[in-house]
Amino acid sequence: MKILTGNDLKSGAVIWWAGNGWSLHVDDAVDVGEHGDEILAREEAARRVNSSYAVDAAKTAEGIRPNHIKERIRALGPTVRLDLSLKPADPEAGNWVI
Amino acid sequence: MYKYDQYDQAMVDTRVEEFRDQVRRRIDGTLAEEQFRPLRLQNGLYLQLHAYMLRVAVPYGTLNSTQMRMLGDIADKYDRGYGHFTTRQNIQYNWIKLEETPDILADLATVEMHAIQTSGNCIRNISSDQYAGASADELVDPRPYAELLRQWSSFHPEFLSLPRKFKVAVIASATDRAAMRLHDIGIEIVKNDAGEIGAAFYAGGGMGRTPMIAPLINPFVPIDQLITYSEACLRVYNRYGRRDNKYKARIKILVHELGKDEYVRQVDEEFAHLLTQGIEPPLAELERIKPFFADPAFEAGASDDLDRSDPDFALWVDRNCHAHKQPGYIIATVSLKPVGGIPGDASADQIRLMADLARDYSFDELRVTHAQNIVFPHVRKADLHTLWQKLDAAGLSTANLDQIGDIIACPGLDYCSLANARSIPVAQKISERFTPAKSDEIGELKLKISGCINACGHHHAGHIGILGVDKKGIENYQLLLGGCEGADTSLGQITGPGFSEDGIVDAVEKATEVYLANKQGEERFLDTYRRIGMAPFKEAIYG
Amino acid sequence: MVETQFRFRDDEPVADPAVTVDSFGDQTNAAAVRVEPGDDARELLPFLDRLKLVEVNFPAFTDGRGYSAARILREAGYAGELRAVGAVFVDQLGHLRRCGFDSFAPNAAIDPADAEAAFNRWPDVYQATGDGRRPIWAKRHGHEQHSNDQRG
Repeated sequence: MKILTGNDLKSGAVIWWAGNGWSLHVDDAVDVGEHGDEILAREEAARRVNSSYAVDAAKTAEGIRPNHIKERIRALGPTVRLDLSLKPADPEAGNWVI
Repeated sequence: MYKYDQYDQAMVDTRVEEFRDQVRRRIDGTLAEEQFRPLRLQNGLYLQLHAYMLRVAVPYGTLNSTQMRMLGDIADKYDRGYGHFTTRQNIQYNWIKLEETPDILADLATVEMHAIQTSGNCIRNISSDQYAGASADELVDPRPYAELLRQWSSFHPEFLSLPRKFKVAVIASATDRAAMRLHDIGIEIVKNDAGEIGAAFYAGGGMGRTPMIAPLINPFVPIDQLITYSEACLRVYNRYGRRDNKYKARIKILVHELGKDEYVRQVDEEFAHLLTQGIEPPLAELERIKPFFADPAFEAGASDDLDRSDPDFALWVDRNCHAHKQPGYIIATVSLKPVGGIPGDASADQIRLMADLARDYSFDELRVTHAQNIVFPHVRKADLHTLWQKLDAAGLSTANLDQIGDIIACPGLDYCSLANARSIPVAQKISERFTPAKSDEIGELKLKISGCINACGHHHAGHIGILGVDKKGIENYQLLLGGCEGADTSLGQITGPGFSEDGIVDAVEKATEVYLANKQGEERFLDTYRRIGMAPFKEAIYG
Repeated sequence: MVETQFRFRDDEPVADPAVTVDSFGDQTNAAAVRVEPGDDARELLPFLDRLKLVEVNFPAFTDGRGYSAARILREAGYAGELRAVGAVFVDQLGHLRRCGFDSFAPNAAIDPADAEAAFNRWPDVYQATGDGRRPIWAKRHGHEQHSNDQRG
């Protein structure tokens, strides 16, 4: 599947296209198919996202998993500071990145 | 250290307002990201893998306790409670909000700090020797010259859209502690036969994709022509540096492609012309700056004795402390590389503690080293044990300076959107593999890790260097041996095929075993490698 | 031709079309020339006395070669109009002016209030660039300005 990611312009937070808006959580990401460029152009122009791009991902039982390790780390947080990750209380948080 | 006058203060204050206006225009949409990006980069603001990252300048690595305390407070107020000291003597914050950045810069300006030109295609932070003003082996303190260059390069209107970034290092000692020859311009302050002070210029060094050692381009520029000559070097680069290929845009490529002699000829031509233009500050300006770097009020007759009865303290003194030019004093390095820790990171509390210790025990001065450690330059020996105890209580007493555990590592794929592989977990595993006893047995070994070819971890200059690459989506690590950043600068050679994360730790261990098995006399790892060559290492590592 | 939006000269702008640096030498009537980033501005030095207008093109605002071209011309004594054209945005205006440009023809019109703020942003400057401003080091030490003053 193709999902979209970028940063919130003002806060810099990593966000994922959830179909009706941008979410902080990769599990909310939707498959944009061939429409990625069009969505990004519109969302960038409206400044609802910054420095956005499309990413290959797969839907698994546990959630949406970007294919490449870089975006998995982007979704999770620094692997060496899991206390700074989105799910700091989740002991499984680091397991699916690598 | 240097103190701003009303002019310097007005410049940083104006810069804050300029950036505040630029941020406002970006947020309200009148300024597009494409136009905004170079502007925010020249205020140190990157957009990274997780958030905006802000790189604050620590000019030539020197700061006082008030400034250090502010760095700790910024970590708490605007970030997530920690900062990362970098290989160019700066500090980085990883979780910054764009909308708060003008306020951060305003806070910094209240303590004479800024993030000016810490990124972008411009002249970056001028780096220097972390022992400047404290070590006996320097000709003069290099920092007044670095300060002169800092002011000259700040907002220089001709050089804000260079082909690429431009890094300058200034030293004043034959012992190069600043990796001077691996900079775009490296300057060594020297004396000629007539006893006059001048600057030896090296140009075209750098790491990255194509590492090069800067050749000497002028052995002696009279000190009252320092700025004019620098301007000539930059103008030739601005005019003729390649702009067609980002990976061939540094001055090292220009010097290499023109040949050193032709580059020198062009610089000399421009230099002769610029000498007629009156762009050099008068010597009075250098004389105005120098007193800021005068010796602090050392206590005459301070005792040179050290009570070494505490064995842990004695170990730390032997490993982390360096002789001071003044009897009764010593230079102390705080290692920010605890075993299993993140190289170069410090919590806000640790940063504030170091600020207090500098105020109390080091004449209110600290240094950031390009090896990502902190130096207290002027500690009275009588105070050293107390200082160490306070560091020890805060987890800051790791005694591993220049040993295998004193790893230089870029943030890598954990933080950086340019990276291909993570570097920090490799550093952690290596530091955990070697016990203190084994590290002592190995002795001096500078190990450097970069998470990508941009080489922010300076892996080409490591006695052991590690380069992280992306091998079909899997992290892979190449091993290099024999790099060195000092006066005998050399570039590391790759051993062969790369390794997994666990494999590279094993390979590093094997390399140290080859060294220990072949070491003669007092040879360091680097010396043995240079004597016996790559073959024995290759054989042991690849079997 | 793109409109000149800001101009810091009192004389009449020349109407001559700007010719390329390559052909300028051959055209003894030409008084206006256009410098591209890859051109060597020093090729114009023998002709400064007949030049009334030099346009320096910035096809990309990140290509900083035009800043050096401008300073080279001013340092050689060129006193005619020096115009920055092309991808010129408000945030470059101050730096361009410091390098000797006295007129600006940006591809996209710049808000005049923003431009005025940009031109007047910096109360002081660290470097002597020949724009007539006394650098901070001169003010600190009571030096008279050394550099050529291009302002009228």
